[in-house]
Amino acid sequence: MSENSRQISIQLSGVKKMYKLGQISGGTLQGDLQSWWARVRGKEDPNIKIGHNQRLVGQTFMALNGIDLTVYQGEALGIIGANGAGKSTMLKLLSKVTAPTEGEIDIYGRIASMLEVGTGFNGEMTGRENVYMNGAILGMTKAEIDAKMEDIIEFSEVREFIDTPVKRYSSGMYVKLAFSVAAHLDSEIMIMDEVLAVGDMAFQKKCLSKMREAANKEGRTVLYVSHNMNTIRQLCDRCIVLDQGKIVFDGDVEEAIDVYANSKNNDSVYVDYSQKKEPSWLHDPKIKLLSVEFIGKDSNVFDSNEPLIMKFKWLTKKPVNDVCLRIEVLSMDESPVGAYLVFDIFTSQSDKKYEMTLELNTQFLARSKYQMKFVFFEKDEYGNNVNIGFGRDMFFEISSLNDEKQLVWDTRQWGYTVQPNPKIVSFQSNENTGCINPI
Amino acid sequence: MSQLHHTHITSKKKWFELNLKEVWEYRDLIILFTKRTFALTYKQTILGPMWIFLNPFITGMMYAFVFGGIAGINTSGIPNILFYLCSTAIWTFFSSCVNKNAHTFTANAGMFGKVYFPRLTVPVSNVISAMIQFAVQMLLIIGFLIYYVAIGAVHPNWSMWPLIPVVLLHLGIMGLGFGIIVSSLTTKYRDLGILVTFGVQLWMYITPIVYPLSLLGEGPARLLLMINPVTMPVELFRLIVLGQGLILIPFMVLSWIITLAVAVFGIMLFNRVEKTFMDTV
Repeated sequence: MSENSRQISIQLSGVKKMYKLGQISGGTLQGDLQSWWARVRGKEDPNIKIGHNQRLVGQTFMALNGIDLTVYQGEALGIIGANGAGKSTMLKLLSKVTAPTEGEIDIYGRIASMLEVGTGFNGEMTGRENVYMNGAILGMTKAEIDAKMEDIIEFSEVREFIDTPVKRYSSGMYVKLAFSVAAHLDSEIMIMDEVLAVGDMAFQKKCLSKMREAANKEGRTVLYVSHNMNTIRQLCDRCIVLDQGKIVFDGDVEEAIDVYANSKNNDSVYVDYSQKKEPSWLHDPKIKLLSVEFIGKDSNVFDSNEPLIMKFKWLTKKPVNDVCLRIEVLSMDESPVGAYLVFDIFTSQSDKKYEMTLELNTQFLARSKYQMKFVFFEKDEYGNNVNIGFGRDMFFEISSLNDEKQLVWDTRQWGYTVQPNPKIVSFQSNENTGCINPI
Repeated sequence: MSQLHHTHITSKKKWFELNLKEVWEYRDLIILFTKRTFALTYKQTILGPMWIFLNPFITGMMYAFVFGGIAGINTSGIPNILFYLCSTAIWTFFSSCVNKNAHTFTANAGMFGKVYFPRLTVPVSNVISAMIQFAVQMLLIIGFLIYYVAIGAVHPNWSMWPLIPVVLLHLGIMGLGFGIIVSSLTTKYRDLGILVTFGVQLWMYITPIVYPLSLLGEGPARLLLMINPVTMPVELFRLIVLGQGLILIPFMVLSWIITLAVAVFGIMLFNRVEKTFMDTV
């Protein structure tokens, strides 16, 4: 297809989306009316605090900061980026859930948006009733749903439960049914936000191939947001990388994944955590990680037989017992590779600083770039692990230039762990056993 | 593929864009919403759809007992039970239009936040549900009416019965208007959502619901009631069904003007809020 004959499916120009930070609105109707009335008369807003700079009143945040993008018909576009980069906001604008603060969007064709599967599903209603409801919400008429009902039930694999209230469904069945409805929409554009994260492997595969089919054979446009680079690879033929509300890359999928992976990379041998905020899932941060450092190195590139010598510094904020440390190693596209565990390091009172140096063997790692996460944990009274300290974004690279066998290692196909070469226990030629008489 | 449906999204806000065509395209959704309202209310109940009859019947009896029996309000010759069944039917219709629609945005935030469909489908389906509920109550009323007409206690204006849908439309539009104004404002000011239930209850007492308008005689109290836009349609309904009601044309016109103004303003506000309410709710 030549560039000219391609029909535009979605066009965004100068799209911005602003969110207000903190408390929304002055809080009282009276206050808002006063401000509004003052604005109408062109007077000064009586509710602005004196001495405050007007621009600072109500701090704002640009979730999308000037997006220009053209998507053509039949393209499967992947959207990747770190959390908060604006991916979901973009999908929300496209599915008309919320309006842009600035800019124009043109959409040619009907949109089926799956920001969530099973929107409008009600537990009291049967699977069939919910298919009608969900289909209608997504813009199908009853006649259209009737015509597709068989296909939907067939695809969903929940035929025997279709007349059972969905509150009795397992979560997998629920998702399967919901996805089936959305996948059978007669829309020209499909928008999805990681809805495939649930459901079993076989069904995920089925969904992906259904979407690929939609893009390739039926000429539908697919927009797909995911943190799972493998599904992006499988589904998309073009990919954009979002960073802080802007498109930083647009083009080939592999290149985009590289750009995304490298955007996180830094080659420093020292990471200072003392100013970093604890993640919200860490309920009780008893330990504050201060810094992590590679000892005796001026770059983070290691030889495969060279151990990682790392120095950790931390501060105990509360009394802790038998603290353990887990060092998780992940590939740059976020798939877990392996972990190191250090058990029962210490017991301590609060407000003590510690320093520890570890030596990590990396022989099992294939030649690639990696990221690390550090998790301190202790056992609670029931013997469960409770996370009490965290750090991330420490990177290193294994380059085994002197090991020629490793040079051809393909991490995408073979994985990131290099098992020790098997020892050949015996080897012989079995010419005589090859002619057993058939029974 | 040249006849593709084109959508243009812009940051510019228009004050009035009533997209009735789009609402009509989603009529199947309105029907489903309406069905769901009934299906869900009576699921896992023993009496099931019987409740549609029982509910208004019990309320009507209660009013007849409290206001007619204990308080002894003069219903100007109309049998108590019939009078209060009519009152509850028409008031329940109006108040559920207001109350249900007042929570359109907050109650459906989960759904509205994930997928787009014309938001007006929800209030419209609420009004239709209320109409169906009302139709069922009318069956009950007709049952009693047959008995009382037979014994000669009431004389309905049979020729005016075709006007009942007009009364419903009048109150439906007004209830929808008030409801969506409140729902648009509750996205920012949650207190309104709490106030509205209370407010609607008070409103009932300044509407001739538990008493006939004729009870007040001439005076400032009656003027207040006449300005209340619900009064005239309620009295018209009584005139049709029970043969007794006080209609003053200027106030009927006023009521329609208020109704249309409220509806237009409500839809304007609703359209404006629906685009960005997800960011504030």
